[in-house]
Amino acid sequence: MEVFVVSLLNGLVYGMLLFMLASGLTLILSMMGVLNFAHASAYMLGAYFAYTISLYVGFWPALIVAPLICGLIGAAIEMWGLRRVHRNGHIAELLFTFGLALLIEKGVQMTWGLLPVPYRVPELLDFPLLRVYGTQFPAYRAFMLLISALMFGAIWLGLTRTRVGLVIQAALTHPDMASALGHNVPRIFTLVFAAGTALAGLAGVIGGNYQVTEPAMAFTMGPIVFVVVVFGGLGSLTGCFIASILMGLIQTFAVVFDVSLADLLAKFGFVVTSQTPFAELLTVTLPRVGALLPFLMMVLILVFRPRGLMGTRDT
Amino acid sequence: MSMLRRHWPWLLVPVVLLAFPFLFYDWTRGRHSGFVLTLMSEIGVMAIFALSYNMLMGQAGLLSFGHAVLLGLGAYCAAHVVNLVKSGTIWLPTELVPLAGGLGGLFFGYVFGWLVTKQRATAFAMITLGLGELVSSAALMFMAFFGGEGGISVDRVMNTSIVGASYSSPWQVYCLVLVWAFIAAALMRLQIQTPLGSMANATRDNFERAQFVGYDPRRVRLLQFALSGFFAGIGGGLYVLIYEIVTFDTVSAGKSANALLAVYIGGAGGFFGPILGTIVVVLLQSGVSLLSNAWLLYVGVLFIVMVMYAPGGLIGLIYMHAPIWRTGRLRELLLPYARAFPAAVLVMLGFVLLVELASFTTIGAAQGKRFMIGGNVIDTTAPLPWVIALASLLLGALWLRREARGFRLRWDELIEGAKLKGAMS
Repeated sequence: MEVFVVSLLNGLVYGMLLFMLASGLTLILSMMGVLNFAHASAYMLGAYFAYTISLYVGFWPALIVAPLICGLIGAAIEMWGLRRVHRNGHIAELLFTFGLALLIEKGVQMTWGLLPVPYRVPELLDFPLLRVYGTQFPAYRAFMLLISALMFGAIWLGLTRTRVGLVIQAALTHPDMASALGHNVPRIFTLVFAAGTALAGLAGVIGGNYQVTEPAMAFTMGPIVFVVVVFGGLGSLTGCFIASILMGLIQTFAVVFDVSLADLLAKFGFVVTSQTPFAELLTVTLPRVGALLPFLMMVLILVFRPRGLMGTRDT
Repeated sequence: MSMLRRHWPWLLVPVVLLAFPFLFYDWTRGRHSGFVLTLMSEIGVMAIFALSYNMLMGQAGLLSFGHAVLLGLGAYCAAHVVNLVKSGTIWLPTELVPLAGGLGGLFFGYVFGWLVTKQRATAFAMITLGLGELVSSAALMFMAFFGGEGGISVDRVMNTSIVGASYSSPWQVYCLVLVWAFIAAALMRLQIQTPLGSMANATRDNFERAQFVGYDPRRVRLLQFALSGFFAGIGGGLYVLIYEIVTFDTVSAGKSANALLAVYIGGAGGFFGPILGTIVVVLLQSGVSLLSNAWLLYVGVLFIVMVMYAPGGLIGLIYMHAPIWRTGRLRELLLPYARAFPAAVLVMLGFVLLVELASFTTIGAAQGKRFMIGGNVIDTTAPLPWVIALASLLLGALWLRREARGFRLRWDELIEGAKLKGAMS
């Protein structure tokens, strides 16, 4: 039971972090059709900016400034890069962001070095908040939950209650119609791209010290965020939210339960020995396949239900 | 005779490629340069790989992010076959090992193709990305087939050659790579002209219409994917013979990205584009990585510049000159090119200097390396080199902009002339 509760909390924290990344990507992908490979790079940049800023003025200003810088970078990328490439089609846009991700990774390596940087949790939040059945739950994780819940609320209110939000929603499903009605769709695109990048940056700020701040963090996070977006479905923030939480829970729980298919078969009286065909496949334990599960889920959902959980159209 | 006149490059290229390593031949010791031979062999393998990738990207319009899975699995199959031959279980000439890899690639190409070809466009790219991640994680997990982190080692000296070669020297392996690369390239070139090749183009351009003509686009994609797997597998088989080891690195996302970079930089439109791109990428990767930590940055910049300004790739840039060449006025471009050249060199120098300065202050310093130009140590913390780099980058950029304007005028005029003469197509 205690393992269950602790994993549930950790899974929620990780899932909310994923949602902060994935929500921006979903909006960008559904509105502009751009599969933004550089999205996780913004996450990495957020963490690194926050690290540098927190060296000089502390964590709290970094929490605001680093996402803003990321947002500005995002706006610049959209205005001077993507728009230009847009003429050459979706594949060119995708490849452009792919090249950008390569460049950002290399640039980060050249600025901050190849090794992880010591980006730490601020001292103010560095204490155990509560004990769950004897296991400590750090205050910082609760803070992460709080921030991401606030973000979720802000996005939801912004999309449903403001004028810009309504135009974004319209442009999400009917971009041509929205622009025909006189809305400046390219500017909305820039706005969404910048906001999405800023969100990813914010996720980096609060996630960088929760995980490790290193040059490879974008390439480990990137594919998982794609999985979340595809799994949740295009054009649906709710689907994206459910998929993020689901993915967070799956990944945390997979690490905890040390079972394999062989154990399952043993319950039915079938003993797996090294002589059994596919013995290796059967005896591999769940924690070891944990990293693999999201991709398995993505492949399966794309093959059998291409529009994802709650998507409005096929990927 | 007309065959010979039309297809002479196909005969000339092998001769040149066979002669090329002799430029680096060490006559005093009577040995080939091992580095050059390995580099050339790698280019051969990666060229097959890139060409097979272009069967998907260029011909069928399918953007795959997991093509290395087919190369890698082909390589693993070939490695197991080599080990079986070595232990005497089966008999197979060394020359046919790549074919074993190819059959492995074909098998996995068909199996995975059945999964992925249900979709196209972005969904296809995503599935292949997921599949690539799946296989590369599995490669570290299952020992029996993939050998875990250590990979599978083989010994290519099997004494089963049908031409009597022992394959103990890199030169013999290079010759084998050359033969197979040539066969594979020729087959892929011929495949374009088959009905399948044409239908792949049709499903790329308008898959709905292809359906109405009576073809199942999914079946076309599946066959194309499986065939592409066959050729990638041949590359994998050759990879085994060159390096005598296969690790999970061959199925990794990085290898897939390499093929993508090579095809896009070279140009997916022309048949020889991927080969050109492979040469550029492998040279940057193997040559420049010896000199610089930042080779990936150069590849990335080249890639982005290509995506933004020359979506047709290098081969597209070359083909753009064809109409002017046909009107016989290519000579008039010489002067504008010559004028833009120093400006471009200045921009490149400034950029490279800037990147190297940055990379040496962080990565280089951590590795204990010092920035040397012609025997002089450059102090990367002093402001002077940075100022020089920035100045040459900015001045070069301004100069290039000026020259580019003149170049564009001249270019438009020549293209206009070509249009009047009807030399455009």
